[in-house]
Amino acid sequence: MPVAQGARMRASQNLEAWQDPKARPIVQIENVTKAFGSHYAVDSVSLEIFQGEFFSLLGASGCGKTTLLRMLAGLETPDSGHIVIDGADMTHVPPYRRPVNMMFQSYALFPHMTVEQNIAFGLKQEGASKAQIKERVGEMLRLVRLEPYAKRRPHQLSGGQRQRVALARSLAKHPRLLLLDEPLGALDKKLREHTQFELVNIQEQLGTTFIMVTHDQEEAMTMSTRIAVMDEGRILQIGSPSTIYEYPATRYVADFIGSVNLFDGRVISEEGGLVFVHCDEVGATMAIAHGEPLIAGTPVSVALRPEKMTVTDIKPESDVNVLRGVVSEIAYLGDVSIYYVALPNKTLVHVQLTNLARHTSSPLTWEQEVWLTWEPENGVVLQT
Amino acid sequence: MMPPPVHPQVPLSPPPGPSSPTLIGYLWRWLLGFPFVVRVRGLAMGTVSWGRALVTAVPFLWLLLFFGLPFLVVLKLSFSQAVLAQPPYTPLFSWAEDGIMVLRINFQNYLLLVQDSLYWVAYLNSLRIAAIATVCCLLLGYPMAYAISKAKAEFRIPLLMLIILPFWTSFLIRVYAWIGILKNNGLLNNFLLWLGVIDDPLPLMHTDFSVLIGIVYSYLPFMVLPLYATLSRMDESLLEAAADLGCRPGKAFLTITLPLSMPGVIAGSMLVFIPSVGEFVIPDLLGGPNTLMIGKVLWTEFFSNKDWPVASAVAVATLLLLVVPIVRFQKAQEETAKKTEEGRT
Repeated sequence: MPVAQGARMRASQNLEAWQDPKARPIVQIENVTKAFGSHYAVDSVSLEIFQGEFFSLLGASGCGKTTLLRMLAGLETPDSGHIVIDGADMTHVPPYRRPVNMMFQSYALFPHMTVEQNIAFGLKQEGASKAQIKERVGEMLRLVRLEPYAKRRPHQLSGGQRQRVALARSLAKHPRLLLLDEPLGALDKKLREHTQFELVNIQEQLGTTFIMVTHDQEEAMTMSTRIAVMDEGRILQIGSPSTIYEYPATRYVADFIGSVNLFDGRVISEEGGLVFVHCDEVGATMAIAHGEPLIAGTPVSVALRPEKMTVTDIKPESDVNVLRGVVSEIAYLGDVSIYYVALPNKTLVHVQLTNLARHTSSPLTWEQEVWLTWEPENGVVLQT
Repeated sequence: MMPPPVHPQVPLSPPPGPSSPTLIGYLWRWLLGFPFVVRVRGLAMGTVSWGRALVTAVPFLWLLLFFGLPFLVVLKLSFSQAVLAQPPYTPLFSWAEDGIMVLRINFQNYLLLVQDSLYWVAYLNSLRIAAIATVCCLLLGYPMAYAISKAKAEFRIPLLMLIILPFWTSFLIRVYAWIGILKNNGLLNNFLLWLGVIDDPLPLMHTDFSVLIGIVYSYLPFMVLPLYATLSRMDESLLEAAADLGCRPGKAFLTITLPLSMPGVIAGSMLVFIPSVGEFVIPDLLGGPNTLMIGKVLWTEFFSNKDWPVASAVAVATLLLLVVPIVRFQKAQEETAKKTEEGRT
């Protein structure tokens, strides 16, 4: 899957507030734990999010990402730890007193109110004047391009329109922080892709900090400035989409984001910034560029992305970073082809090749003996 | 691609009779299972399937047989005259000489209802008591239904059982039991005397108050159950959204929960109000000589005065009194629904 292609590229470096030691985070989550019965939904999570970020909490269902989001909104109370928003401790502040608004997964639009009334609801609670409300509602309707639908009720709108009403309603009060719970989950694929960019544009236009919960890694990669990958109530890695993809910290992250080939082995030696790993299972020695020093004998995993390997029918001279196998399946996807290569121990490795020319007389065919190779910089060593 | 087949414009419900149906016309259509007639026509035209027609036919036939026909009998009776005979009324049709059939329609009974203030007072009093009882049921039933819907899942069924449990005892026995509580040397008065709050027993029995207590007690479940059904189906995330937008819980109840539970409020109120108006047993057992309710008047006309025609006229008038506002109400609701449907700028 060409995941990283959609990754959001930030033009200027100064947007990366998390790398600025002087920046003050807008959200500080300190050691927050929440258990339901004996199950830890969120397990001592600490996290800092900065002004203007589009931050994603990514994980499979049940990983605790929604619980964490609901604690930020005040809909759940942490068992321990602190939540500081904009410098104020919000841990035990009820939702109606927080400078935070949330867009619900089900949208939770009030069915007995028109689009206009839904958007005006939050402003009315603040005690804003009629003129102020009217102006702000008009502004919001323009922002989400729903002006012709102001007098309709939620049930008279399509899914995409409802989603935009929910967004407008949650943005109407100028929240310091907007929480989005699977904002695109209920939309069909085409609309979802379109809405992703719309949401990012709105976020950049307003400069509001967005925190989004999603289980869709592609969505998180496309939209976020940073992603926190969660599993079993813990944060496994926080980083920009490209960091998460290119330098996954754990096996789980490597496997969850995009597709990957994983090989278990042991460190043999280390020289010149290269780690030599021997994988008994496939009987191969791999040299991988790695920043941190590793002690010989440490059990590690080597992660290789399908698009970062090449496949050839000519036996390479070196025997490092080479795997011998037989082409077992070929999946032609148009832009790319994926070759499933069976190693002698029956492990299937997938390799992705871009179909650059229209008529490539591909020499590779089924049951052919091939060799897989890769550069040391293209692999990742994961400590298990 | 074939173009979709074009159906001829067949009006599904052609206007029957005059374009603006009179009240009587409306009632007739309703009583004779008008939708059923339309279905049969649709069946002939092939616009309604047989299976659906069969499913709807059963309740319509049932209503026709056990409501429509008896109502016609009562309606016929109400236009006859009381006589001391067997049966105690004159026939509507009679044979005069030379093969002439005479139709005698007696409007006296209905005139009596208008002229004799007794009936007016009884009608108004019934409406008044039923209205007060409905409001009391609503005020008592809403918090109950709300509490049950908010209770933990494992408590909801037992709590609902407590609401339904009294139905397992005879209605008559339950109303009788109130006599034991409310009478001068009953439980309540004795308790208050023992407490020293009062020196003489309060005259609770045989008053409008005791009738109200009886009606509220008996019909409370009919209020609680539809309210519970609406409240328990409410989306919890709506209240979370309201809180998230800065709405305090009390205000969220008034602006979100209450408006969204209106269908339950209306259904419960109808279920309490309609039978309360015609209630006979409760005013008979708990009410006094001054408690005039139309159900009791009807009973007296029928059994004590043996005046079947007047009793029938009272019954027909009661039905009209209840049906007309309900039909009006339903039409109004349909229109509001339509207006929302067209609500676009």
